[in-house]
Amino acid sequence: MQTRKIPLGRKIHLGLKHFGYSLRHMRLSTAVILLILTAVALVSLLPIVYVICNAFKPLEELFLYPPRFFVRNPTTQNFTDFMYATDVSTVPFTRYLFNSVVVTLSATALIIVSSLCCAYAFSKLRFPGQKGLFRMITIALMFSPEAVVITRYLVVNRLGLIDTLWAHILPHLALPMGVFLIKQFMDQVPNSLSEAAKIDGAGEMRILWSIITPAVLPAVGAVLIIAFQNVWGDMSTSTLYTVSESMKTLPYFVSSLTSGLTASSVARKGATAAAGLLMLLPNFIIFAVLQKSMIETMVTSGIK
Amino acid sequence: MPLREKIGGTWAQMKTAWIAYALIAPFMLCFCIFIVGPVASATVLSFTSYDSIQAPVFTGLDNFVKMLTKDVILMKYVIPNTLLFAVVVGPVGYALQFGLAWMINKAPKPMKKPYIMAIYAPSIAGGVLISVVWQVFFSSDRLGYLNDFLLNMGFINNPVAWTQDKNWLLPIMMLVTLWSSMGVGFLSLFAGMQNVDGQLYEAGKIDGISSPLLELFYITIPSMKPQMLFSAVMAIVNALKSGSIGVQLSGQNPTPNYAGQLIQSHIEDYGFARFELGYATSLSFMLLVVTYILSRVCFRLLGAKEDE
Repeated sequence: MQTRKIPLGRKIHLGLKHFGYSLRHMRLSTAVILLILTAVALVSLLPIVYVICNAFKPLEELFLYPPRFFVRNPTTQNFTDFMYATDVSTVPFTRYLFNSVVVTLSATALIIVSSLCCAYAFSKLRFPGQKGLFRMITIALMFSPEAVVITRYLVVNRLGLIDTLWAHILPHLALPMGVFLIKQFMDQVPNSLSEAAKIDGAGEMRILWSIITPAVLPAVGAVLIIAFQNVWGDMSTSTLYTVSESMKTLPYFVSSLTSGLTASSVARKGATAAAGLLMLLPNFIIFAVLQKSMIETMVTSGIK
Repeated sequence: MPLREKIGGTWAQMKTAWIAYALIAPFMLCFCIFIVGPVASATVLSFTSYDSIQAPVFTGLDNFVKMLTKDVILMKYVIPNTLLFAVVVGPVGYALQFGLAWMINKAPKPMKKPYIMAIYAPSIAGGVLISVVWQVFFSSDRLGYLNDFLLNMGFINNPVAWTQDKNWLLPIMMLVTLWSSMGVGFLSLFAGMQNVDGQLYEAGKIDGISSPLLELFYITIPSMKPQMLFSAVMAIVNALKSGSIGVQLSGQNPTPNYAGQLIQSHIEDYGFARFELGYATSLSFMLLVVTYILSRVCFRLLGAKEDE
């Protein structure tokens, strides 16, 4: 069957007409679906809205009885509170922040570069052992460090990484998901592109950098989101691999604000929420910016 | 000699492919050190008795015998808890993700993005925030939101210490984990559904597929099996990752009355509190084996046919 070509203008017209139609004559099933989705969306957002509200609540509203959900007189007091909350820890807040920023940025950059190189070899080059190794990476997708927490500790210890910033970075570099997602996406890039460049005398690094990488930017964006979230929010490296306070990261600091938070224990409820919000913000910004590339990458994420 | 030629051929191939090996080297090195290494040493250590000070002593199957016969807590609390938790967070969570992705796919176009953002948001929130928010929500006095609500409605007369209560801890753990589980796997399902060829649906209509349910089973699911497999693997990972949520919520390991004791907390309890590293790694080893079997089942069900 041949498909008829419809001019673009008419297509848009048809689309708009169709949309108007669907709003006026919305089917009952669609209405039910929208209702359920809206309810689920509200429930999932509720805790996050709650954190935002609490972060800006003044003290008297935080301990109001009966508790009130929304904030009435917003204040930034809580933010300055936790920044000077030196009674919790011997190290100032900025030290944790500094550690977190250094660790997260370097780990994310290293993950992206090593995943790109590795994915390129698996996708566009041929070498003995290729199939078996990639199979191993696919199986390792389901690996979670939590399962072998003890031997992982022994390995980090043996490498002499305990109580260094490297202990936050290096274990995160083994992220099979990064290689997997970029490789699957790269498989869609036609080989003719790189072959033409090869005939023109470009080396592999050159091809990877100036031809392949621009073509797989969405996958790089998706890996950036995942890597950033993994490293930025990970508390386990702080609790397991570091001893001194000055080597710990932000998630540890936030949770040390919470620990011992029986509701009667005073004051820190607002500061905790403010710190929690600070933890969340970069994740949300990055996801909002790179959202489109995330969805695009997920299309090719399937395991074939 | 054919074998010799074959080896010679492979060697020649390897020599020309040196750049490929150089490219995969950085990742594979980390992969071997932090994934293969720990898994291999867990396998070896699980046949030993090891206290982290003296060298490990080979004890054969002693650890596994102990697991089956002496570890009462494991049999009585940890395994039933873990099974229940895994079933709810794994398959039920997976079905939930699939259902939500399907519904969003049916929603009018301009609504899709906000829904995706809203439902994906909790998985961004991360473990730290989980304890920040939910601890206050389930807080044990009148200032906890749940207690306040139930007191006002007259359902309860005294505040309940939700996360310290042995009847409530496990359900709360499941709820919180489900809430935060709509992550990469969920996005993959949605993207897979979006990408099903529209012509298939039209062809299906001509062939008499009339209800959305038939459409789902005969067109949508068969065309998105790779994404379904990926997100099934993600569901397994998620169930594994959330193993210590009971400890996070209740603030103690072991959890009150072992009500929220999952296998991961049990491993940490033996490894980092009692320093019985040999026994703890044998538990890890069993966990790895079970995970591997589960993922094989997923691959069998959803994987490409030539794989079998």
